[in-house]
Amino acid sequence: MTAATLERGLTALKEHIDAPVAAFFSSCVHCGLCAEACLFYTETGDPKYAPIRKLEPLRRQWRREYTLVGRLGALLGLIKPLTDDELAEWAHLIYDSCTMCGRCTLVCPVGNDLTYMIRKLREGMAASGHARKGLVEAAKKTIKLGSPMGVQLPALNAQIRRVEAEVGLPIPVDVAGVDYMVILSSMEVIQFPEIIGALARIFDRAGVTWTIPSSGFEATNVGIQIGSRDIAEEIVRRVVEAAEKLRVKYVISPECGHAYVALRWEGPNLLGRPYRFEVIHLMELLAKLRAEGRLPLAGKHDQRVTFHDPCQIIRRGGIDQEPRDLLNEITEDFAEMPDAGIWNWCCGGGGGVSAVDEAEHLRTKVFSRKMCQLDEVHPEQLVTACANCRNIIEEGLEAYNKDIEVIGLTELVAEYLAPDETAPAEGGDGS
Amino acid sequence: MTSDPAMDLLMWARGPGFQIATVVLLFGIVLRIVEILALGRARDLAPPKASPAQSGLRTVFSRFLPRHGMAMRSPVIHIGGYLFHAGFFIVLLFFGPHIQLFEEGFGIGWPGLPSPLIEAVTVISMVALVAVLIARVRDPVRKLLSTFEDYAVWVVTFLPFLTGFMAVNKLGLPYTWMMALHVLSVELLMVVLPFTKLTHAVTFLFARYYNGWVNGRKGAAT
Ligand code: SF4
Ligand code: SF4
Repeated sequence: MTAATLERGLTALKEHIDAPVAAFFSSCVHCGLCAEACLFYTETGDPKYAPIRKLEPLRRQWRREYTLVGRLGALLGLIKPLTDDELAEWAHLIYDSCTMCGRCTLVCPVGNDLTYMIRKLREGMAASGHARKGLVEAAKKTIKLGSPMGVQLPALNAQIRRVEAEVGLPIPVDVAGVDYMVILSSMEVIQFPEIIGALARIFDRAGVTWTIPSSGFEATNVGIQIGSRDIAEEIVRRVVEAAEKLRVKYVISPECGHAYVALRWEGPNLLGRPYRFEVIHLMELLAKLRAEGRLPLAGKHDQRVTFHDPCQIIRRGGIDQEPRDLLNEITEDFAEMPDAGIWNWCCGGGGGVSAVDEAEHLRTKVFSRKMCQLDEVHPEQLVTACANCRNIIEEGLEAYNKDIEVIGLTELVAEYLAPDETAPAEGGDGS
Repeated sequence: MTSDPAMDLLMWARGPGFQIATVVLLFGIVLRIVEILALGRARDLAPPKASPAQSGLRTVFSRFLPRHGMAMRSPVIHIGGYLFHAGFFIVLLFFGPHIQLFEEGFGIGWPGLPSPLIEAVTVISMVALVAVLIARVRDPVRKLLSTFEDYAVWVVTFLPFLTGFMAVNKLGLPYTWMMALHVLSVELLMVVLPFTKLTHAVTFLFARYYNGWVNGRKGAAT
């Protein structure tokens, strides 16, 4: 990577300003409604967290470079260029207090996609050296070691062996020509390895051929979060190369919100070409298997559960009904939180915020929003479909002394797979 | 030649003044649209889940309605905003004398609304504008976001209503003066529109379309 300088940052901003950005800034009427949608404002009451205000550096760069009035103003010295100090000051607003959750984008009356612009502004911040240290470190680790948490193949192998012993099924690694390639987030490998076993059982039951690649298995993409095209591209490339080498038909985006955005929506644009495989989110795959009758489920979970929609999957990914259909099928007492679905509130740790030390205090504070939602339904368990949400919610619940178990949807589904009548008896419960 | 300065001013405002304002308005709007479109955008290579263009068009219309929970959180902005926008177009398009101007200009006219109704709408619009102004200075977010431009634009938007109302009701200055001021205030609005946040009157179409396009292709709600 070339050294970060103010000049590079300003150039990056210039390059990332496109017609939508210009339309958005041209249209803003300062109505302040975006703030009402942002948990960093609603939970703190501090107006500095108004989404449109977070974008001020990008707006100034647009005005100065791409409007006639701004250019004239700049020529006359009336409109000053952005300075390093200003960008440094803005880091808190751009990295610590925005999870790129996309809620503001849904409410703006003139139609501004503020989240789209935050993503772009972060490019300028990273290029000018104002990205948060936690993210920079994670990026360095990913580039060097392959994972933001430093999870390498031996660690994955160890988990795979443990899981194989546990579920009694083989976990295929580097098997070419199968239909599906599974990638994982480091968080899952380290914190929630149960997911691997759950996948093995589901795929075994559904007759799905699959594999995990020995390189390019990391799904998370810190490049998207920090705002660096180059890093994002490198990380996506590893997955794409693995998938194309193994000639799989699909790559399954795991229970990780921004990994989906990175691979499904940004990836082809980062590489500058379409993939030779399709990307399918795990929720979409489960729904598909269910529809094809390949996912026989039996029994009902008797705990009171609710579902937390991960922002990147619902609002920036359009996956809404799939998890609900599954939950309705396997649970007796599924209660929706207020604002569930496309209006769900962020856990507070998305968009890289969970990797930013400076944000920790604020992140815990704004978790109060999730607490309000939970207090309406009093679930015994919270189900979600993103390892990062899961981790953040666990931390939040602990900070607020709330005893609710957090579980991943895929694992829950695996628990309620109908016993296989064609297979030799295993002594499963149920029938 | 008359020797009545009020009449001279009114004639100027209706003649050359209006022509200048129209040219600036049109030039400005074209400029702002070109500023947007010239930037272009990259082709999106990710296979879409749904038709982006359809979603873009849908969003242009769907954002006319209040969004989930927002009206409760900012009632004044919503009620005031709707009343004012509706009032503006009703008065502009359905006041008899305005229709006459359109008829002279474009050769097409349409039936107007009774004057008392127009006056009521004018008063409601002004009250709505005052309400959103108060909501602007009292709300910490809007106050922080507001710059000189926001307040200047408010004045420029308010003046045509006020001068029109005063002229029709023979308040303040003599009628001709008031009429001249009314026409000039409208021209001021026309001139500043493309260069301030009032541009949203046109660019909101692009903003909403792009928003719907970007998110709709992901199959996400917009
Ligand atoms: S909601 Fe939209 S128009 Fe209103 S302040 Fe935010 S960005 Fe501007
Ligand atoms: S994307 Fe979410 S966190 Fe970021 S400014 Fe918008 S509402 Fe707030």
